[in-house]
Amino acid sequence: MRNPPPPLERLLSRTTERRGSNTASGRRPNEDRLAKGLGWFSLGLGLPQVLLPSRVNRLIGIEDNSRNRAIMRAVGLRELGGGAGILDRPRPGGFLFARIAGDLMDLVLLRAAFRPSRKGRRRVAAATAAVAGVAVLDIVASARTSRSSGSTTADGGIRVRTAVTVNRPPDEVYGYWHDFENLPNFMAHLESVEVTGDGRSHWTAKAPAGTKVEWDAEIVEDIPDELIAWRSAEGAHVPNSGCVRFTSAPGDAGTEVTVELEYQPPGGAMGAAFSRLFGEEPLQQIKDDLRRFKQVIETGEVVRSDGTPEGTRTQRQFHQDEAQPVG
Amino acid sequence: MKATCWMGVHRVEVRDVPEPKILNSRDAIVRVTATAICGSDLHLFDGYVPTMEKGDILGHEFMGEVVEVGTAITNLSVGDRVVVPFPIACGGCHPCKRGLFSLCENSNPNAGLAEKAWGSSPAGIFGYSHMLGGYAGGQSEYVRVPFADVGPIKIEDDSLTDEQVLFLSDILPTGYMGAEVCDIQPGDTVAVWGAGPVGQFAVASAYLLGAERVIAIDRFPYRLEMAGDTGAETLNYEEVDVRDALRDLTAGRGPDACIDAVGMEAHHGSGPINAYDKLKQGVRAETERPHALRQAITSCRNGGTVSIMGVYGGVVDKFPIGSLMNRSITVKTGQCHVQRYMRPLLERIQDGDIDPSFVITHRMSLSDAALGYEMFKKKQDDCMKVVLTP
Ligand SMILES: NC(=O)c1ccc[n+]([C@@H]2O[C@H](COP(=O)([O-])OP(=O)(O)OC[C@H]3O[C@@H](n4cnc5c(N)ncnc54)[C@H](O)[C@@H]3O)[C@@H](O)[C@H]2O)c1
Ligand SMILES: [Zn+2]
Ligand SMILES: [Zn+2]
Repeated sequence: MRNPPPPLERLLSRTTERRGSNTASGRRPNEDRLAKGLGWFSLGLGLPQVLLPSRVNRLIGIEDNSRNRAIMRAVGLRELGGGAGILDRPRPGGFLFARIAGDLMDLVLLRAAFRPSRKGRRRVAAATAAVAGVAVLDIVASARTSRSSGSTTADGGIRVRTAVTVNRPPDEVYGYWHDFENLPNFMAHLESVEVTGDGRSHWTAKAPAGTKVEWDAEIVEDIPDELIAWRSAEGAHVPNSGCVRFTSAPGDAGTEVTVELEYQPPGGAMGAAFSRLFGEEPLQQIKDDLRRFKQVIETGEVVRSDGTPEGTRTQRQFHQDEAQPVG
Repeated sequence: MKATCWMGVHRVEVRDVPEPKILNSRDAIVRVTATAICGSDLHLFDGYVPTMEKGDILGHEFMGEVVEVGTAITNLSVGDRVVVPFPIACGGCHPCKRGLFSLCENSNPNAGLAEKAWGSSPAGIFGYSHMLGGYAGGQSEYVRVPFADVGPIKIEDDSLTDEQVLFLSDILPTGYMGAEVCDIQPGDTVAVWGAGPVGQFAVASAYLLGAERVIAIDRFPYRLEMAGDTGAETLNYEEVDVRDALRDLTAGRGPDACIDAVGMEAHHGSGPINAYDKLKQGVRAETERPHALRQAITSCRNGGTVSIMGVYGGVVDKFPIGSLMNRSITVKTGQCHVQRYMRPLLERIQDGDIDPSFVITHRMSLSDAALGYEMFKKKQDDCMKVVLTP
């Protein structure tokens, strides 16, 4: 009989059932396990830090004075909060990132704040290495859980679905979308759409590295004020299809707009992974598109600020210009 | 042009920066004639609001003269004198239509950042971090004002000075909303934590809205005195146990409404507790020092209202949820929906019901902004409110 793998390996082991077997929450089981494992680890680490800070201090070889006990308690509290956050969430990406920040904080505290005695140094080094190891695990788990948005179809395509509420009646919202030449006004990756008649149109999109992708699309279903579905015509470089549904929101809240997109990324799964590396997260992209759609319908145009002069783009939010007028 | 820039924790500098341009058709460019430093700016100054970048232009309380308008602006013309509300709001989304302007769904292009921290995003705010839009602020010579057809209010009455109307941009409506949401009934006693500018206007508004008694709580005698001049009874939290004192003043009931006009950087009368929360805030184990809020909740009468106008950013611990829940306390809060209050409050000013300029203690040139921040932060020279003129 084979021995069961050690816990850490079990946490990291990638199952073969990966593709197309998303759980109800959209998170894959192995990621779930790694994240949950880290959550419990946080709780396990945090409790003694809070309750028995002196023991922990001695264990990891730092001087046990009141200052270090206070710091250890603070670190422990942070750990408990992070653990609870991870376990509490169906998609703990944010809390995992908080863990990474916390790990870095611990590393800094361990190195700088605690000036250990000579014989304590080895233990501190061991503790530092342990925290650094956990930080790496955190980064892996965080990257995995936060990129699992959107799902993968059986043939390696990408499918995303999201919705927004727009404060205008369905006929108006439908009308704007139905004129496909309006789409580039809010879809950041589209350069132009040219309606060629008879339900057909010609689309041009920006692709990575300054290249362009062009294709023809046709409307396959069109129910006024309710639904538009389209797909790329035979021979498209990036085969894709989309469907947008318009339903009256409850009360007087306008229209619920639900979009579903499916496409075969160029270069298959590798291509998709590669573009994600540069922040081209498909679900996030379509969410941003819908946010801009709402802005265009409700305010007339895409809203710009000094920090984000080209308007909402998630990628941009992490590389902000300073909030000064553009020179 | 010159603008007050955030250059890191406890560092602001007046720097030369490019002049603003129209970016959207509903923009206006305003030449600033008066601007003020707010308690909210101190949270940025002290580094407690995340997503600030070096070089960000500060300032969300300002007024001035329209010098340029976008193609879609028809309500304003060049030369108009306007006061600009601090939340940026489109006027067309569902919250805007319902008067909840600080919850505008379209004015924060960086809504994704705010969603990560708070679940959903509120409106963008001038000069108030990138998670709230990354907009350049108004402590500068010129400022771009988005949705200029919704926010700015024209001041056509030339007999009103800038100093009398400037605070329509924020603190007067904020103090007013703080009192209004308490649904004050005849005979009510209202307690106000914090006798800063927001607290001063909360005191004045509580009286305007019919409160019988108002009690102001702070530790700076000059601030308590100013509230006293408006008619408030005062408590110095370093000298008395606030909760006991409030019970005594209300024959055991507690105030009917409690307004927190302090926010995330509250100070605690007891040294060790202050140090403990400061340490936890420092290592980000909690992001706030909520002493005033805790006290407001536990002091409030059964079934009363706690109105939170002080700004908070993240999470607190030791939140007295048991006191809140078991005693049926109502909590009202939010960034002020300034656009909703500007017109009626301008009328109050014109009618002489209130002259908001009484809070101004320091007038400086824009180029002295750094000094202004320092004095306001350290409450030097009995500083209550600093107005800068470019
Ligand atoms: N909700 C809004 O729309 C809005 C608008 C403007 C300002 N604000 C917030 O209102 C708060 C006050 O603003 P301000 O301009 O008056 O600032 P301020 O710093 O001048 O005033 C705060 C006052 O609170 C006092 N204080 C500190 N700890 C206290 C405690 N434990 N008990 C009682 N008083 C205490 C301080 O001594 C000070 O006088 C800030 O948090 C600010 O961000 C909110
Ligand atoms: Zn303010
Ligand atoms: Zn709006």
